[in-house]
Amino acid sequence: MSKIHVQTTINEEATEFLCEPRESLLEVLRETLGFTGTKEGCNDGNCGACSVTLDGVLIDSCLMLAVEAEGKSISTVEGLANPEGLHPIQQAFLEHAALQCGICTPGFLVASKALLDHNPEPSEHEIRHWLAGNLCRCTGYDKIVRAVLEAAQTVRASA
Amino acid sequence: MPVAWIPSLMQKLTEGQQQIPVEGSTVRQVVEALESLYPGFKDRIVEDDRIRTEIAVAVDGEVVTSGLRARVGAESEVHFLPALAGG
Amino acid sequence: MSAGNGYKVIGTRPVRHDGVDKVTGRAVYGGDTRLSGLLYGQVLRSPHAHARIKSIDISKAQALPGVKAVLTGADLPKTGDTIVDLGEGPARLKYMSDNVLATDKTLYSGHPVAAVCASNVHIAEEALDLIEVEYEVLEAVLNLREAMKEGAPQLHPDMTTQEFGEDTGRTSNLATHFQHKLGDPDTAFASADVVIEREFNTATVHQGYIEPHNATAMWNADGQITIWTSTQGSFAARAQTGAVLDIPVSKIKVVPQEIGGGFGGKIPIYLEPIAAMLSKASGQPVKLIMTRPAVFESTGPTPGSHIKIKMGANKDGKIVAAEAYIAFESGAYPGGLVGAAAMCVFSCYDIANGLIDCYDVVLNKPRSFAYRAPGSTQACFATEHVVELLAAELGIDPLEFRLKNSATTGTRRIDGVVYPKMGCKEVLEAIRDSEHYKSAAPSGPNQGRGISLGYWFNVGLQSACTASVNNDGTVSLSEGSTDIGGSRTSIAMQFAETLSLDVDDVRAQVVDTDSIGHTDVTGGSRVTYATGWAAYKSALDVQAQMCERAAQLWEVEVDQVAFEEGVFSSGDKSYTFKELSGHLDETGGPVIGRATVNPDSGVGGSFAANIADVEVDPDTGKVQVLRFTVIQDAGKAIHPSYVEGQMQGGSAQGIGWALNEEYYYNKDGQLDNSSYLDYRIPTSLDLPMIETIIVEVPNPGHPFGVRGVGEANIAPPPAAMAGAIADAIGVRLQELPMKPSNVLAATQASEGQAALAAGG
Ligand code: FES
Ligand code: FES
Repeated sequence: MSKIHVQTTINEEATEFLCEPRESLLEVLRETLGFTGTKEGCNDGNCGACSVTLDGVLIDSCLMLAVEAEGKSISTVEGLANPEGLHPIQQAFLEHAALQCGICTPGFLVASKALLDHNPEPSEHEIRHWLAGNLCRCTGYDKIVRAVLEAAQTVRASA
Repeated sequence: MPVAWIPSLMQKLTEGQQQIPVEGSTVRQVVEALESLYPGFKDRIVEDDRIRTEIAVAVDGEVVTSGLRARVGAESEVHFLPALAGG
Repeated sequence: MSAGNGYKVIGTRPVRHDGVDKVTGRAVYGGDTRLSGLLYGQVLRSPHAHARIKSIDISKAQALPGVKAVLTGADLPKTGDTIVDLGEGPARLKYMSDNVLATDKTLYSGHPVAAVCASNVHIAEEALDLIEVEYEVLEAVLNLREAMKEGAPQLHPDMTTQEFGEDTGRTSNLATHFQHKLGDPDTAFASADVVIEREFNTATVHQGYIEPHNATAMWNADGQITIWTSTQGSFAARAQTGAVLDIPVSKIKVVPQEIGGGFGGKIPIYLEPIAAMLSKASGQPVKLIMTRPAVFESTGPTPGSHIKIKMGANKDGKIVAAEAYIAFESGAYPGGLVGAAAMCVFSCYDIANGLIDCYDVVLNKPRSFAYRAPGSTQACFATEHVVELLAAELGIDPLEFRLKNSATTGTRRIDGVVYPKMGCKEVLEAIRDSEHYKSAAPSGPNQGRGISLGYWFNVGLQSACTASVNNDGTVSLSEGSTDIGGSRTSIAMQFAETLSLDVDDVRAQVVDTDSIGHTDVTGGSRVTYATGWAAYKSALDVQAQMCERAAQLWEVEVDQVAFEEGVFSSGDKSYTFKELSGHLDETGGPVIGRATVNPDSGVGGSFAANIADVEVDPDTGKVQVLRFTVIQDAGKAIHPSYVEGQMQGGSAQGIGWALNEEYYYNKDGQLDNSSYLDYRIPTSLDLPMIETIIVEVPNPGHPFGVRGVGEANIAPPPAAMAGAIADAIGVRLQELPMKPSNVLAATQASEGQAALAAGG
């Protein structure tokens, strides 16, 4: 199958890749480009482990074809921290012990960042509602929700 | 004297006895003592000179890890249980 | 060292050492394994629940460009009739091998029959479509009680019921039958003032870890095999793979990658031998990742069950006799989980007379495996139901009734075991003293509260640990327990505590099977307990060696060197641990502490309890959890945040088991809900905050008093939810899950009865 050339932006870096039309964005991120921080839990849009943002919108990268990334801007978990340090959401997850096995964590971090970007002061219910597309089997969500509540506060304080 | 507790499904062998005091300072000696009282007992518990994989032996409530060589105290209880899978 | 207060490190909440890697996406999980020349594998699975494989034609698949190798069960070594115990309970090797790749028969839909590797996963998938398998479809049996009947379709024609070391010679789907008996239950029942008997069914459920099974293997030209995988036990994976491939374990190195959840389901192997064989055939490394439907269809569900409980009590509120009949699905091959159920079914109570009768039954579902406190949840759901009914019949407050009958130190369980020091009463008292319990129960329409109590024992097993002292006074710790929920940190903390080090100066890493002594699986609530113990012992070894170094430096005898609070001293001379570490090169070189353990004493157990408030939607039967508290005896909580995390996670799983989760097979025996959309695990929106109360009744058998906390917490939730639902709508359900349709049907049935009674 012949490959298609795609130009896109990943974590603010201009990126090019070749892919087959049938490859998902998740597959290209992980296998072709080595962004293995984005995880696969189901490959059918039901677990959120593969969450990334596309032009700022939260999506399941397993449900999008890689060729559709042409001209778009993608953010993955690898883009959250910067040389100055971790993002407040990452820091809050660590301090609140909001991860156990951690396989769901990249998806939760990306989804939480997308939440705070558009709602800097979410209620507990709004957090639970927003994150309902991200499954975690280990934590029971309690510590995740608390971490997001605190991260929201930190982000607001530093804004 | 240590006391061996016989699983209910094996009590046919022991004439309905559940608790049997026997001499022995290792699981092996306890099993041998039971065998001499109730021929056929050993075969139910031991295979190829080892405790059968589907059976666990507990001394004083703790499943032993050294099999037939496990120490048995003068006041100990020895239980024969089904072996378990972990979680 | 005795358990008590005054700890510096234990009981604190440091950030876990692998945390930054996990929040930045850098941690390498099994599926993230990348090697040059990597090929991708896929597995063909049987669409039939029960079929004979008449032929498999792989020629078209082999001819597809890009396909590098094709494998069927015929390629696996023939295994004899050996029984092996390779980390997941005793099993017949043929069964283990046939579960990896079927040979003569497929025994469940999803049973692997062939595998392919190719230059990419899509080609591998296309190749699967080109494999032609001719099946003779056989009648399947997927219902537990049907499978037990005489004349039911027989899965294994040669299987006879085993009764405690005795072969009954009866051909049947009943793999094993065993019994525990204590005292004289018949007489005790006859003397009881109240006797209540009920029957229960629970559905097959899945562990539901988010990370699918995976394995990557490289079979080198020299015969050495490396396997990168997400496993709960690298040594168990090595032993099982070696057994199935009939090669010595010395030829296999298992590199445990980060693991995305297991809960018991990642103890068995599925893909490892396939990856290895495909690598051998292709000469390249091969990676396989299971699809999500395959995870549900072919890996470790935990048994559905049929349970009968009969209990009798005196007017004064003492339980005098108890009887349980427990039948467990073991799936396609015999398993061992009903034994654990038997140990847990009456384990919370002090009962002098009892009988527990257990059956392990094969049927056309995937082989059952452990799921967090395996067997205890089903048993607890049943027993707690009858306990509540007894209390009501006797007019005694249900918590009071439990306290009156609570197991305690010295209680002899019906399976004969006598409890050492246990925290059962303390957990019940913690319910009573909790703010949640003391607060008014929710009193709106269709609202209610329930409580429950459950148990799980810990296992000891083998662990090893080595500790290398760096010359700056930090310590690199190597251990073999794969870390699923922060155990690296809790192990490092026990080491740090022993030598009064700063916890950040001790870095623990999980290493491969060539780099550490045999370490058993992460399971049985054993890691913090047993590997923590190994860390403690290796710290003592370091301490002894460091004392010798100090003695050399100070030219004194070693017994003149004291070590206290992190400081070595002799007379007026003293060195901190860090200072002395700077002198290792002049006193003989590096210090490496080492220890192995295989504890067979002091392996305690842990009790867990719940208080649940719910509201039932009368129109749909949907149950909403309003408030939920989990209480558990941790012995000593090493890292309280991760203890709470275990308690909350087990609670969430237990709530899912209670309200939603079940395998749904169609009439052809195919799993109809093999996706997260249809096998619905709790989401953040389904749950409230989960309140935790840690009780600490130290385990006298562990240097720090630790009890494993990973499991007992999943036992009580369904029972607590059933109690709360009963309080809300007046009907106590006897079936799991208590899904909306079941709750609604129960409500309508009871309303119908009430209307009849009112009308009559
Ligand atoms: S992997 Fe994309 S939603 Fe699960
Ligand atoms: S931490 Fe394991 S799935 Fe969320």
